[in-house]
Amino acid sequence: MDVYAIKNSLIKWFEGRYHIEPFEDIITKKQVPLHKHSTWYYFGGITLFLFITQIITGILLLFYYKPTANAAFDSVKFITTKVEFGWLIRSIHGWSANLMVFTVFVHLFSTFFLRAYRPPRELTWVTGVFLFFLTLGTGFTGYLLPWNELSFFATKVGTQIAGSLPHIGGFLRTILRGGEEVSDATLGRFFAFHIIILPLGIFAVLGLHLAFVQLQGMSIPLSLKDSKEKKSTLRLRSGLVVSEVEPSIPFFPNFLLRDILAWTLALGVLASLSVYLPAELGKKVDPFAPTPVGIKPEWYFLWMFQALKLIPGKIFIFDGEVVGILGFGAMGLILLILPFIDIWSRKEKRSVFLTLLGVFMLIFIIVMTVWGLMDKSR
Amino acid sequence: MDKKSFFKYVFFVLIIIFFSHLSFAAEAKNSCLACHKGLDDKRLSEPANFSQDDVHAKINISCADCHAGDSSSDDISIAMDATKGFIGKPQKTDIPKLCAKCHSDSDYMKRYDPNIPTDQLAKFEVSQHGKLNMQGDKKTATCISCHHSHNILPVNNPASPTYALNVPNTCAKCHSDKEYMKEYGIPTNQIDDYKESVHGQALLVKGDRSSPSCKHCHGNHDAGLPRAIYVGNICSQCHALTYELFSKSPHKAAHDKLGIPECEACHGNHKIMKPSDDMLGIGGDAVCVKCHSASSKGFKAALAIKNSVEDLKTDIAQARELTAKAERLGMEVEDALFDINEANNSLTKARTYIHSFSREEVDSVVNAGKSLTKKANEVAQKAIDNFNFRRKGYTFAIVLIFIFSLALYARIRILEKK
Repeated sequence: MDVYAIKNSLIKWFEGRYHIEPFEDIITKKQVPLHKHSTWYYFGGITLFLFITQIITGILLLFYYKPTANAAFDSVKFITTKVEFGWLIRSIHGWSANLMVFTVFVHLFSTFFLRAYRPPRELTWVTGVFLFFLTLGTGFTGYLLPWNELSFFATKVGTQIAGSLPHIGGFLRTILRGGEEVSDATLGRFFAFHIIILPLGIFAVLGLHLAFVQLQGMSIPLSLKDSKEKKSTLRLRSGLVVSEVEPSIPFFPNFLLRDILAWTLALGVLASLSVYLPAELGKKVDPFAPTPVGIKPEWYFLWMFQALKLIPGKIFIFDGEVVGILGFGAMGLILLILPFIDIWSRKEKRSVFLTLLGVFMLIFIIVMTVWGLMDKSR
Repeated sequence: MDKKSFFKYVFFVLIIIFFSHLSFAAEAKNSCLACHKGLDDKRLSEPANFSQDDVHAKINISCADCHAGDSSSDDISIAMDATKGFIGKPQKTDIPKLCAKCHSDSDYMKRYDPNIPTDQLAKFEVSQHGKLNMQGDKKTATCISCHHSHNILPVNNPASPTYALNVPNTCAKCHSDKEYMKEYGIPTNQIDDYKESVHGQALLVKGDRSSPSCKHCHGNHDAGLPRAIYVGNICSQCHALTYELFSKSPHKAAHDKLGIPECEACHGNHKIMKPSDDMLGIGGDAVCVKCHSASSKGFKAALAIKNSVEDLKTDIAQARELTAKAERLGMEVEDALFDINEANNSLTKARTYIHSFSREEVDSVVNAGKSLTKKANEVAQKAIDNFNFRRKGYTFAIVLIFIFSLALYARIRILEKK
């Protein structure tokens, strides 16, 4: 019996029991548009690959990590110095987290600039933005876990900023810290958020996100719609209607192979960073020591941190920091509901204003991050 | 309350206020201060300007308690009446006994401090200062030379001349004055030597109050020259193990027999510098060869001990180098650093054990240190090997990733050409 015969008998076995036509459609009929902006499609896939890497290395780290203030640092030290390949696992976990945040940013901005969120893909965007928030949350909570000086004080500063919000600030800070100060209780809840609550959230939202992508296929950029590329639709056996453009390539195996190639290249980058710039252990924290000079959050929060530093203490009668935080909150909300407020894209048109706004935000984030990295002040 | 009883009440209150005021005035009465503060002659006015921190003023011991007389009278002939015991400025030779009137009275002193020593006069009388003072020498130090006569501050007050950090300069006030000390025929370079010494640096530069100053070796109230053969007993107050080893060594008996000062013979007295390993062995700066000739057993032992210590130093340096190399490669070598630190402690211990003048004893400490450096070397080498393994593993993985990527790319090209 050859391989194809086995495959066919397996398919028949499943067809006899389950309704698997939609999956068959995806494998056999799904087409992925091929155009000059196709490269951006791969960042979603790379993010998924990095997320899977996170899960695997995270589970391995759990074998030795101890989430208590007394033992956390020493357990991380043990992983890094004594456990066979522990340093590599930890390094890969750290670097894949950073790369994942980076690819999420790239994926988000490319989706924004290509207006891929326009109808009928609003919910794909909304779930994507939720994934973006969940990723940042996982990064923030994971940063504290080594319980070293840098992570401890960055968390202290981070939760302090959240605590400066009027009315709910104190409550929010207490909820985040599990008390008045960053302590054992904070470590415990950050650990729970990092390894259970947020990953479960990511799994749930990611499931929806991927389902939406598979059901609706890839969006074609608005700029290409005006070109002479032929557009048609494809009715699948399951009854779903999927956009099809020419030229396009089959999802299986062509696009999947390209995706795997992107994953392999990402693995190469990940391995190089992990070996040549392994995750550092830092200094064990002394919670009673004053906050050292130059404490900064992780690079992906740095642009907000730097911007907050530049906001004047008072704006009219309002506290500058509070205005800044509320501003970032409003930005997050606008980001979430963007497909519903971008009236131009709903009419299949590109707004120059929104493009310029996006470019401005991108430049703002890059400039603030670089400034933050170079800033030596407190 | 009717009008009559109200006035009665007010009258009583006024009477109480009036008399209480009088009693305060009587308590504060001190005609000595009242007059002396206004005098033009600074020698007479300055003693009246008491500091708030003066130990005597704080407990209401005033002028008349030392100078006698009647401080309650504004009349100078009564206040400074010699028949009432007024002594004016006491003679320098009388000062120790004047102070001792209270300070040697244990019963009296217990009113203020149950633990205060009362043997100062007894000690002073056997001191070099005391002996000369009793012979009528008015130049030698008495109580007021170190404590001042007025404005006497407690010893823990940083402004006090007897405060730990101020003691060397207090002694030096007389002892570094060539002219003043001329007739006594003793050197005046002690303070300069002390300032250069390891003890002086610790006390005067680093502010380490536990570091010894003049009084720790010479005594304070009983200041005098330490007896040469008992010098070790002084140094051993801090360097206990060193002296214990020395006492058990053959050197002890030899020093006692020849009357050679113990520690001082090699380390000096006021100018005790940080000891260097060059003091050991048979080199130019070695102190051993001052007594031991080339053919002696001691000479050979000195050389062997020196070599043993140098061996450990070389081992530590090599372990440090290898560990630093591993660190430069980004490897974690905390265990090796810990062992090197411990080996360094062994080196310090070996330098102490030198004072046993026994090669076996020194070797036992040195060998413990050497086994630690060996361990550190193994850890560092393992880290370097691990680094090389990581690099090889990485190269292998990257080559695999590259080949797999190429194969995938080729497959995609073939697939899409169809």
